[in-house]
This record gives sequence, structure tokens and C-alpha cells, in this order.
Amino acid sequence: MLTRSEFLTKVYPVEEGWTFAAYERAQTALFGAASGGYRAARKAAAMSQADIVAEAKKANIRGRGGAGFPMGVKWGFMRPSAAKPAYLVVNADEGEPGTHKDRTIMERNPHAVIEGCIIACYGIGAHVAYIYVRDELHLSKTRLEGAIAEARALGHLGKAPFGRDYPVDVFVHTGAGAYICGEETALLNSLEGRRGEPRLKPPFPAQAGAFGCPTTVNNLETIALVPTAFNLGCAQFSELSALHKLGDGGVRLYGVNGHVKKPGVYELHVGVTLRELIYDLGGGVLDDRGLLGVIPGGSSTPVLRGDEVIHAPDEASPMHQWHGQSVLDVPMGVDTMRAAGSMVGTCCATVMAVGTCPVLAMENLMAFYHHESCGQCTPCREGSAWIHRIVSKILDGRATMDELDSLHEIANNVMGNTICAFGDGMAMPALGFLKKFRRDFEAYVRGERKRADARLVVG
Amino acid sequence: MTFALTSERERELEALLAKYPTRTAACIPLLHLCQAQHGHIDDEVVEFVAARLEMPPAEVKGAVTFYGLFNQRPSGKHQVWVCKTLPCALRGAGDILKQCEHKLGIHPGETTADGKVTLRTAECLASCGTAPMIQVDGEYFENLTPERVDEILTRLTTS
Repeated sequence: MLTRSEFLTKVYPVEEGWTFAAYERAQTALFGAASGGYRAARKAAAMSQADIVAEAKKANIRGRGGAGFPMGVKWGFMRPSAAKPAYLVVNADEGEPGTHKDRTIMERNPHAVIEGCIIACYGIGAHVAYIYVRDELHLSKTRLEGAIAEARALGHLGKAPFGRDYPVDVFVHTGAGAYICGEETALLNSLEGRRGEPRLKPPFPAQAGAFGCPTTVNNLETIALVPTAFNLGCAQFSELSALHKLGDGGVRLYGVNGHVKKPGVYELHVGVTLRELIYDLGGGVLDDRGLLGVIPGGSSTPVLRGDEVIHAPDEASPMHQWHGQSVLDVPMGVDTMRAAGSMVGTCCATVMAVGTCPVLAMENLMAFYHHESCGQCTPCREGSAWIHRIVSKILDGRATMDELDSLHEIANNVMGNTICAFGDGMAMPALGFLKKFRRDFEAYVRGERKRADARLVVG
Repeated sequence: MTFALTSERERELEALLAKYPTRTAACIPLLHLCQAQHGHIDDEVVEFVAARLEMPPAEVKGAVTFYGLFNQRPSGKHQVWVCKTLPCALRGAGDILKQCEHKLGIHPGETTADGKVTLRTAECLASCGTAPMIQVDGEYFENLTPERVDEILTRLTTS
């Protein structure tokens, strides 16, 4: 039986759950006696910077934006400097197709974000945090601004929160409709008022980030989990995960969308399986159809087939314990999903029922990447356009087998040859579709199937 | 006539500038402020932003042309965005778009003859769990059916 967690989501069903009063009631119910507000930040205010980082590392929070980098380790990269201020930048540019979790936190539990920002500021030596919210999310911005105003009025933000002589402030910054600004260095350029083109690394943001100063960029869910981790004790928080021993700790938000009966966002321990996500939480596939495939964590994570089986006969393989089992029964974690040939990404799964045309699905996603490539690097700018056009040509029945094969070559020439991970994020899912659904592509080339009959909506 | 902000928006600009260590950082939020007043960003607005933020006009223009939400031409009074990316498409975004085109008599990228509504397609708006969806003047409408879209657009075009 799958047990839902309710740390971040406890206030979700509460009337006006986004207010400070509701947040504090929920925190008191979860963690005991009232504290005067923001108990975890209050606790952190009495700790040294080194102690906060050491504690944060024990939480084993793997970045929830998709890359899965350990949050505590990232905080540890920050070196105090007398010459330059440090900044915390929270990435809430949620726009990865299939991802719909951060918006729920901003709209329904903004105080978890603000309290997380305060603790992170103490941990990395920053006095200012910027939350970069994509402009389209108007309600999210309003709720965050409201929470910031409440916290400021209570003195939890400002000159000396919790009686410690250490100013902390949080500001909301908006983007203007560019997916690439979810890439951390593009986001920093956008925060500085420029075109959102990714920067070459090094220097990494911890050395020279926002305004040329040391900066930590964390995903919004990552930051929102910090108060829970500090309230429970970070080691205990980590142990909530089924993959705690793999250094992938705590709870997280799971999204499920596409062809399921109950799409939505659910909070559970790390290590839930795709089968549990699709069938227990998502209520199963629409019309009880078979499962064609699932994109596990946002469009940049390679698609998995519904009938895919783990092949890891080598006993030394980390996947050996799931050898011969369905890929749907592997606990979702950063390392397990990578070993299964995909990625956990943002952990919001897009489900496709039998009857969906995978070639049409790929065309839809490649149109997205073609539109959103920032154009800075030639392989990505041209490659995303070529792949999109060739897939369209295949669907129109005008492509040859050579052109189908050329898609592999194009994708492989984008991979690893660009400034940022967008190129890989486009090439990997492209190769995933080509590899997992090769026969469907061939059927269009041979003229056995027609675009007019291709469907994304089933039933 | 040169562009200037209303006094209320001037105050918002002052508040914006206080948030950042550089003036340049206010570029995108200021462009949003200008667009809210002027409807689109033309060269006069670019000159204004450049002057106020002490930036080269070319850099401001560079930002304007980079970001999809800045209108470089006048657009309708109301903005309708239809999400067409895969999670919405799997749940019927195609029919939602068709309904919008049929109801408004225009295709994506166009504005109705009376100047009231501009229709556009959007890439993923983070509403995949409540798909399909459209955004009208900043407000989300989720879990849509073509019938519901019809109601929303009727209200918009007769208001």
C-alpha cells in the first residue's frame, strides 16, 4: 500500500493555505509546539554556516530541477568572500514539457519557499535571494509576493530576522517566455537583464554567478523541501526515501499527466515506481488501455516503452536486482533511472496509451525544441530544426530510409557539442523515440501508415 | 511623441530598481511595465528603457527580440494562448485550438478584425496535470472542453 507524504502538500487542500497562519498551523501539526513562526529558519539562525551545510548534506536532496545534483554539496561550493556578496537564485522557470509541480508549491505553499530561502541564505552566506519565476505564472508570482510581504511584516525577512544580526531579503524576478532561461547560466543572464543565452562554464555560478558574484542556483522544489528536512533532522528526512542508501533522500513531488485517469501532483517518498505512479496514483491508463510508453520526468528524459524489461545479467551491475523485471518496477531515483536508460528528471511522468502515434509525439516535442533553442550554438540551432523537419517529412510520407537514419547522426552530433545541456536534452529524447519505436518510423517511410491516421488523443 | 510611463508606473520602476545591485537587471521587468501600458514594444519604448537604465539601445532591443512574450507589433486587446505541447496535445489541445480558430475566425498569430483578440499557440505552460488549457490575459483556464472554450471566448468577445 502506497502511503502519501504530506509535508509540502499538507496546506494544499486548506482554505487560504498559502497564508502564513495556515502554514504555521500545518507546521505545528507536523512538528509539534508552536514556535513563533518559521521554526526551521529560527533553528538555522542559531547555527554556523559550516554546520548548516554539513546538516544539509545529510538530507541527500538531489536537485529537483532535473539534473539531480546533491543540494548540500552545491551549497558547500560557496566560499565566503569579503570582496563580493553572495546570492541565492531560485529557479522557478518551470517550463519543461510535462512538468507541473513547482507551480503548485508557489500557488499553494509559498511560505515553504520563503523559509527555505532564509535557511539557504544562511547556508551559503547570502543576504539576498532572487526567485526567478516565468512570467506566465501570474498567480504564482502573486502568492510569492504575498508570502514575502507577510514574512517582512513579521520581521522574518529584513534587517535582523530571528534576532540575528544578519539581513535576509527575498525578491521575485520575472522572465519573459523563454524555456532556455531554466538553464542556470541563461537564467543568470536573464536576471541581469540580458538575452537568456547560456554561459560557458567554468566559471561555475559558485565562482562567478549573478552580477559576477558567487551564486547558488537551486530548483524551487529543492528549496521548498529544506524547512521539512531541517524540522525533521536532515538524516531522518533522508531516511524517508526508499533510495536513501544510494544517496537519494527524502520526499518529493511526483506529477503524472497525459493518458491517465487521475492526472495530478502527489507527494511521496523518493523511490516510488513508475507502475505505482501510473496505476496507483494516476488511477491507470485511460479506458484501461495498454501502456505504449512513458516519459518519466519531463520531455528531455528519454521515453521508456510500457513493455520494456531490464536487462542486467551482470551481478556487478547496479540494476542486477531488477534483471528480467519490467522497467515500471524500478524505484524512481536519479541513479536508478539513469541506469535504466533514461532520467528521473523532474519526476513528472507523461503517459502515452496504446493507440498514440510515437512519431507524432516526437514531432510535437521536436517542434518545441526547434522553437526554444536559443540559437547560440550551431549544432543545437541547426540540429533541432533539421530533426524537426525530417520527422515532419517522415510523417508526411516524403522521407527515405537514409533520412530516417540521418536523424541518429544529427542527434549524435548535437550531443556534447553545445555550451549548455539543452542540446543533449533535445538529442537524448530524439534518440530515445528512434530507438524504442523504430518500426513506427519505418512504417511511415514505407508508406504503410499515413499522417491523417496518426493520433495523440486516444479513445 | 516620445514614450513615458504614468506616474504610478514610475513609482513601480523606482521599487524595481531598489531590488537589484545594477540598473540593467531591471530591464525585463521594466519592459513588462512598458508593455502593460503601451501594448507592445516599439523603438520609442526601447529608447526610453535604454535611457532610464543607462543601457545601449541595441542591448535592450536584443532582449526584446529574444523573449517570446514581448510584442514587437501592436496586438489585440485580449491575448489568448493555447498550449499545444505534448501533455496538452495528448488530452485534446488540437480540438481546443480548432475551437478557438473557429470561434474567432483567425489562425494563431492573427488578431480579430475588431482588434479585440490575438490568438497564439504556447509551448508548455506548466499545467500538464490539468490539461488541456488556455491562458487568457494572464489567467489560466484548465481541464477544458471545446464547449467550455466556447463560453470563455463568448464572454471575452462580448465584454
